[in-house]
Amino acid sequence: MTELDTSPHVPVYQLSHLRALEAESIHIFREVVATFERPVLLFSGGKDSVVMLRLAEKAFWPAPLPLTVMHVDTGHNFPEVLEFRDRRVAELGVRMVVASVQASIDAGRVVDEPGRSRNRLQTTTLLDAIAEHRFDAVFGGARRDEEKARAKERVFSFRDEFGQWDPKNQRPELWNLYNGRHRPGEHIRVFPLSNWTELDIWRYIAEEGIEIPSMYYAHRRQVVRRDGMLMGLCEWVQPGEGEEAMEVTVRYRTVGDATCTAAVESAAATPEEVIAEIAATRVTERGATRADDRFSEAAMEDRKKEGYF
Amino acid sequence: MELLRFATAGSVDDGKSTLIGRLLYDSKAIFEDQLEAVERASLQRGEETNLALLVDGLRAEREQGITIDVAYRYFATPARTFVIADTPGHVQYTRNMVTGASTADVALILVDARKGILEQSRRHAFLASLLRVPHLVVCVNKMDLVGYDQDVFEAIKADFRAFAMRMEVTDLSFVPVSALHGDNVVHRSASMPWYEGSSLIHHLEQVHIASDRNLIDVRFPVQYVIRPRSDEYHDFRGYAGQVAGGVLRRGDEVIVLPSGWSSVVESIDTADGPIEEAFAPMSVLVRLAEDLDVSRGDMLCRPHNRPLVGQDLEAMVCWLDEKHLQPGGRYAIQHTTRSARAVIKELAYRLDINTLHRDEGATGLGLNQIGRLSLRTTVPLFYDEYRRNRATGCFILIDEATNATVAAGMLLDPAHVG
Repeated sequence: MTELDTSPHVPVYQLSHLRALEAESIHIFREVVATFERPVLLFSGGKDSVVMLRLAEKAFWPAPLPLTVMHVDTGHNFPEVLEFRDRRVAELGVRMVVASVQASIDAGRVVDEPGRSRNRLQTTTLLDAIAEHRFDAVFGGARRDEEKARAKERVFSFRDEFGQWDPKNQRPELWNLYNGRHRPGEHIRVFPLSNWTELDIWRYIAEEGIEIPSMYYAHRRQVVRRDGMLMGLCEWVQPGEGEEAMEVTVRYRTVGDATCTAAVESAAATPEEVIAEIAATRVTERGATRADDRFSEAAMEDRKKEGYF
Repeated sequence: MELLRFATAGSVDDGKSTLIGRLLYDSKAIFEDQLEAVERASLQRGEETNLALLVDGLRAEREQGITIDVAYRYFATPARTFVIADTPGHVQYTRNMVTGASTADVALILVDARKGILEQSRRHAFLASLLRVPHLVVCVNKMDLVGYDQDVFEAIKADFRAFAMRMEVTDLSFVPVSALHGDNVVHRSASMPWYEGSSLIHHLEQVHIASDRNLIDVRFPVQYVIRPRSDEYHDFRGYAGQVAGGVLRRGDEVIVLPSGWSSVVESIDTADGPIEEAFAPMSVLVRLAEDLDVSRGDMLCRPHNRPLVGQDLEAMVCWLDEKHLQPGGRYAIQHTTRSARAVIKELAYRLDINTLHRDEGATGLGLNQIGRLSLRTTVPLFYDEYRRNRATGCFILIDEATNATVAAGMLLDPAHVG
């Protein structure tokens, strides 16, 4: 944010759109840390959470990050993402809580259906962890451009004692004044990347030279084609009947649970190449790569009401 | 590339969703899977592809065919990136439009060419002027249904200008469009050769917004104090905040409110290194030469350009809650980074936003109503008139029992209110 855009078309006292978004996100981080007791940042190792963590770091520089980091772990991880997560957390020296979906299953809090994604089960694990650690503000990396239910969510999104989101009864959010008031047991989800788009995230990654897990860039991988999507083979994804394993040059547009996150065919090996690819693509990142959002037209809306990310 | 935020206002039938769908579609911000979903849904309803469905978010909205809440949309052209605050036009219109307009550079008001200026057009224009949205664009839509007739457009323009004169509108433009067919939305229309202005998108790309911020009055509300207490930054004490006005420079003499102590800006820091000057909306870290006691809610400004300081405030408010405002009511108030409590001393009048009539006999404000209030706060606020600086002139009221945000307020200069 040091450089002013001094290109001839832009007046000097004008921030580029990325720097304006950055300033807004930093303001949100500082607001929360100044007014909440126990904030936590959800960090999965996915690109949005990596950018979010970088913005948090900038917001409090040169002080260490005054936040706990939490990963809701479905147990179905891409190994390179876990490795990345642990390295990044160690670099920052922050405390990390790993909330395990497997532990929720073992404790009988949720029922695992073999062969099905654990995506929806995460909600219980997440809400249990929020209650256990008494987190009062939970930073998430969701963006409004991702999905139509998200497009209506506030930056400060109130959750009741059951963690529920009530889309019809949201607090009006005006100017840059955020109402974070809540009673004990309730909490606020905070979305500092609300106004960023997928392209903004990539431009920022490129401009800032931010490292993200290698699977976001083109690589060779064993996959099967399932429901029109390329699923990477791993412990939990094996070729089914009539499916054939093949090696393809792919990259991931989103990174989540290995059982429901698909790869796309791509040769984009650098942030710049990814940006060029996204600018030309005609399919949303969730539509292209998330089996979980294909359940129904309102899949995300339903999960969000229950307390999902 | 610059970021431009605009709010759209319109009612159920004036084609607002179609216009936004058209903007997104023609600027290629719509993806194939989204379009396919819309085609499927349109087919189910037995309609042609209905671009409006692109922007209906929640299930309840699709079921009821209405839009419940402000939705935010994003698209970019090579010239600018855009954030749309899409505000619905039904009963909750005021609450939603005020929310959307509060951060908007441009307000886009839709008028149905067949119907001309309606009560709601006046309402939308008034709210945009109340919230000080710097630029107003009136889209006269459904021009295809009036035979692309120039006289219809000119008559609406004249009508709108006539009542806009009664409001403070600084920049007003008109574009004749057909959202359905795309005329003058992204591409210039071949059906309206008489129109010599730009298409809507071209106008949004060109409108000059750089001068809309206050670059004169230095205002730096302290948001958070950063003290690393590490070996490397042992005595570091930085004041974090987002510049709310003016241009703050290294070496500037500043005073701290409320203490009134003066000091000099020793450095302006960011995680990317020190900078020489900072302006709105930058988020920075300010270090002062003197070791003063400064905390969240304080404000830095220049010694000869101070904000208004006071506990007795005059404001226009828009009421956002079902539970009515009553004189004597007590609320929490949030203003810049300050939080305090406030008591409503007096309701001077309630404004009828359709006629602009001031009802001085009003005893309360209900949901979506607007009025002028006197209030007193537990601590002084450091503020500017909203018309001079939106960032330091705005506040919200919160009901301490329900924690709901109940009012949006715009401060006036007590010396100037009659």
